Amino acid sequence: MSTLTVHSLSKSFGAVRAVDDLSFSLAEGEFLALIGPNGAGKSTCFNIINGQLTPDDGEVRFGGNIISRLPPRDICRRGIARTFQIAATFGSMTVAENVQMALIAHARQTYRFWHPAASYHRALALDLLRQVGMEAAADRPCRELAYGDVKRVELAIALASDPKLLLMDEPTAGMAPRERNELITLVKALVVERGICVLFTEHSMDVVFTFADRIIVMARGRLIADGDANSIRSNALVRQVYLGTRAATGRMEPIA
Amino acid sequence: MTAPPALEVERLCAWYGAAQILYDVTFTVGRGEVVTLMGHNGAGKSTTMKAIMGLLPRRSGVVRLYGRDLSARKPFQIARLGVGFTPEDRRIFSDLTVLENLDVARQPPRLFDDGTPAPAWTPDALFRLFPNLAEMRHRPGGRMSGGEQQMLTIARTLMGNPLIVLLDEPSEGIAPVIVDEIANTILELKKQGLSILLSEQNVGFAELVSDRVYMLQKGQIRWSGPMPELAANAEVQSSYLTG
Amino acid sequence: MHLEGLVFQALDGLASASGLFFVAAGLSLIFGVTRIVNIAHGSFYMLGAYIAVTLATAIGGAVGFWGGILATAVIVGIVGALIEIVLLRRIYVAPELFQLLATFALVLVISDATLWLWGPEDLFGPRAPGLRGAVEILGRRLPTYDAFLIAIGPVVLCLLHLALSRTRFGRLIRAATEDREMVGALGVNQSVLFTAVFALGAALAGFGGALQAAREPANLGMDLTAISDAFVVVVVGGMGSIAGSYVAAVLIAEVKAVCIGIGLVQFAGLSFNFSKLTLVAEFLVMAIVLVVRPRGLMGRQQVAIRSVAEPDAPIRPATKTAALFGVAVLVVLAALPLLARSSPYTLVLGVDVLIAVLFAASLHFIMGPGGMHSFGHAAYFGLGAYGAALAVQWFAAPMGVALVAAPLLAAAGALLFGYFAVRLSGVYLAMLTLAFAQIVWSIVFQWQEITGGSNGVLGIWPTPPFDKLSAYFLLTLVLVACGVLLLRRMLFAPFGYAMRAGRDSPLRAEAIGIDVKRIHWLGFAIAGAMCGVAGGLFAFAKGSISPETISIGRSIDGLVMVLLGGIQTLSGPIVGASVFAVLQDYVMRETPYWHALLGGIILVLVLAFPGGLAGGALDLARRLRRP
Repeated sequence: MSTLTVHSLSKSFGAVRAVDDLSFSLAEGEFLALIGPNGAGKSTCFNIINGQLTPDDGEVRFGGNIISRLPPRDICRRGIARTFQIAATFGSMTVAENVQMALIAHARQTYRFWHPAASYHRALALDLLRQVGMEAAADRPCRELAYGDVKRVELAIALASDPKLLLMDEPTAGMAPRERNELITLVKALVVERGICVLFTEHSMDVVFTFADRIIVMARGRLIADGDANSIRSNALVRQVYLGTRAATGRMEPIA
Repeated sequence: MTAPPALEVERLCAWYGAAQILYDVTFTVGRGEVVTLMGHNGAGKSTTMKAIMGLLPRRSGVVRLYGRDLSARKPFQIARLGVGFTPEDRRIFSDLTVLENLDVARQPPRLFDDGTPAPAWTPDALFRLFPNLAEMRHRPGGRMSGGEQQMLTIARTLMGNPLIVLLDEPSEGIAPVIVDEIANTILELKKQGLSILLSEQNVGFAELVSDRVYMLQKGQIRWSGPMPELAANAEVQSSYLTG
Repeated sequence: MHLEGLVFQALDGLASASGLFFVAAGLSLIFGVTRIVNIAHGSFYMLGAYIAVTLATAIGGAVGFWGGILATAVIVGIVGALIEIVLLRRIYVAPELFQLLATFALVLVISDATLWLWGPEDLFGPRAPGLRGAVEILGRRLPTYDAFLIAIGPVVLCLLHLALSRTRFGRLIRAATEDREMVGALGVNQSVLFTAVFALGAALAGFGGALQAAREPANLGMDLTAISDAFVVVVVGGMGSIAGSYVAAVLIAEVKAVCIGIGLVQFAGLSFNFSKLTLVAEFLVMAIVLVVRPRGLMGRQQVAIRSVAEPDAPIRPATKTAALFGVAVLVVLAALPLLARSSPYTLVLGVDVLIAVLFAASLHFIMGPGGMHSFGHAAYFGLGAYGAALAVQWFAAPMGVALVAAPLLAAAGALLFGYFAVRLSGVYLAMLTLAFAQIVWSIVFQWQEITGGSNGVLGIWPTPPFDKLSAYFLLTLVLVACGVLLLRRMLFAPFGYAMRAGRDSPLRAEAIGIDVKRIHWLGFAIAGAMCGVAGGLFAFAKGSISPETISIGRSIDGLVMVLLGGIQTLSGPIVGASVFAVLQDYVMRETPYWHALLGGIILVLVLAFPGGLAGGALDLARRLRRP
């Protein structure tokens, strides 16, 4: 049974069709990778699912309901959390406060004016931070953290809203190879434990081929392939537009 | 005394805000040579180019173009001395047509340090180099595909009649057919005596055009050598490029 | 109402649209390339009017008039270039708020310089030689000069368009508007380009002012009227679009003209004078455009707003020492009526300082944690003051009721204006709030029957027992202390955190389910209400209230207080307001050029600490620590 269904989604910016009649679905508990060259429309697709953009055409269903054209906050409340390509956290708050803010928003306690926010959900926040390995930094200002750590905090923030689906836009961009594997291993463990499904984009093929249950490939706004690691690796079209011929022959053909 | 190389970079350091990105990066590019900076996203390739171009608020170290110190100069002065910069995100003026984009970058012709004239470009000459740009000379930059924009950004850089071109990831996100064309262009420019500093993650592409390679990791040069040597060295490739 | 009359008013509207267009076009050009919103652009317009009148009178004849107009454009252009070279060039990398403040300081300096050079009287210019007659249209006589003004707007629009599309300079401007760094990397000297653009923009404004001088006298209020009108035009037309500026200028001038044209209307036994609606109409046009097309009629996507320096440090509850210190200050203040029995003036000043503290704290509430740089906070102060005063005047309300009416009216205004303001950010928000404040000021000024117009409302005295100064001081102290503590409490509560979350990262805040706009809207209203309390206290403290006390100058006073104390600390506005109020009290008694002095101080501060005061202090500390 599928949780998320994207049905003939289209979105243009001026003359450019960023997403062009895109359809795919995500099964319960699935770890789905969305790959493709830069400019293929992956981020646009993410931003539509997340509600930052409205599609020109088509729809997104989540748990049976149409969610396209809802604002991000409503989509979050329906159980879709996300992390951003450039990690987005609240720089002026401590690490724990970042997670507490997400917990407060999730519990619909934003419009409270009296008791200090720092007293809300502290224990729960610390527990989430422990799970992502950031408990020791709980009271440090978020702006001081190294980038890899900010990504972990962002993960804790995303988990705080108790999502059923986690969208991750290039979760390992800007990280060293070892850090990448650690982060994705962590994500995988956390989501499996909670039964969350994940849709992520990624440029690191190691990560994609090692962790993804299934891979879909976009190019120029369209879906060009859908399958497991082996079928994608050997797909001629994918090799041509994205993986490169080198993946097949070991080197590029010399040109005239 | 031997003639100075086209570009000399010595102990270049650079910062974004408080974070140091480059650590004592040192390398040279000879006249008519294609040198490639390789490494992961975030290794410091783009930062190196921006630092050479004077586009970072804080940097230290020395950069020389044919012996002339560029370190304290502003970006427009560096460009006027003959450094052409093609940024990774292309930065086409989307409101301006192809011809207008080219016009903004127009500079007077220039000489190499030995007095020989550097290639001088006109829009017509560039349209011969990139025939499909000729067909869309009145089209606004914003209505071009990624590959077309990539060609335009190279053409725009050449309008400044540079002595050296800094090409930041020209093959990134570009259809393979156009990547081939860009490779051809680079070889053509090399033939005309221009030096090229390329940044690239794709060994296949680098192999087609480069003479030498510097491998960057976390803002430091970790390996350097002739291109064929890298192509044959799977160990270096796997430790700095894949994964 | 006759159709001819309407058409005639419409033509009149077109004539005044031209002047507005010149200011807005210059503003837009300069912003496009330098990313600086030049608040002093209205001042260039005013300078243009004064210089043109002076030249026309001194030289005389057609040469003096027409040559004078061209010479004025050149002179104002040169003034603009000098200002760019001496001042703006140093602050292109400064936080946006400081840039706005610096150009506002210029407004103050130029305004006082004009006062010093030309005196306070309105300056009437000669009528245009050769165009003194009138043309007959639909049986009415349209002054020939108005016909000329109607024509010159589109002519200049076309010339600008040609210059931008056909010349290399124009192409460079358009390219730099998109990506100035890249233009520099392609070998274009940005400094020269920036100076040239700034001079061109200033010359346009000066030209507009010079043309207008034959139609209405040059006066000292022209600068702020012109700039707030231009802000509205630019917001409606879309920042960066010259054609949009023209369309918006025409639209707004027309709506105003038509309102005047409709005039008195009898409907169902009620008579209503539409000409009173001109300001509201302008606001309505802007409101509709902002809701339907947030980027303005012909605007592009809002340019990315540069983040203001580094994020703040996390806020912490007061330490024991700090809390004790706060209590001590409150105790000393409470004892002040006893301590200062020999000098009643201390209490008068004390009330002023306390009101300033609440005013600044409420502004800081939205500026700091909310990240909304309001350049029109005086509006809510004014609404509070007038809310209280009018409650007394028209409903004979006792002071207690009036002091409740004050925040209510202010909050209502803040809810209305805030609804639109939170849809924008950065400089757009600053422009819009400033325009709103100017609208409030104008309504108060024009609605004579209710507000007393320029005379204001008199005889608003506290009722016993607060008619004694010491008692009123204590009342003020209690209300201000409660207000400040309440604001502080809210900042530590989930609401305040949500406000900061929306400022730090709107994307992330929305993605965890926070309705950022609504939170900021509510914050805006809360700040407005608190500011209204300050305004109400002010009205009773002075016994009267006039439009003068709620002018744009007060908005800027608030900004200076907040920045002086440091925007990143919660106690900053308290310290800043106190220092400012005391300083103002002493300096204002010494010189009539207080505004110029204030402007000068702001400029020195901005030039000395282009990274912001807090940044400056940090730098200094770092330098001192180094051996």
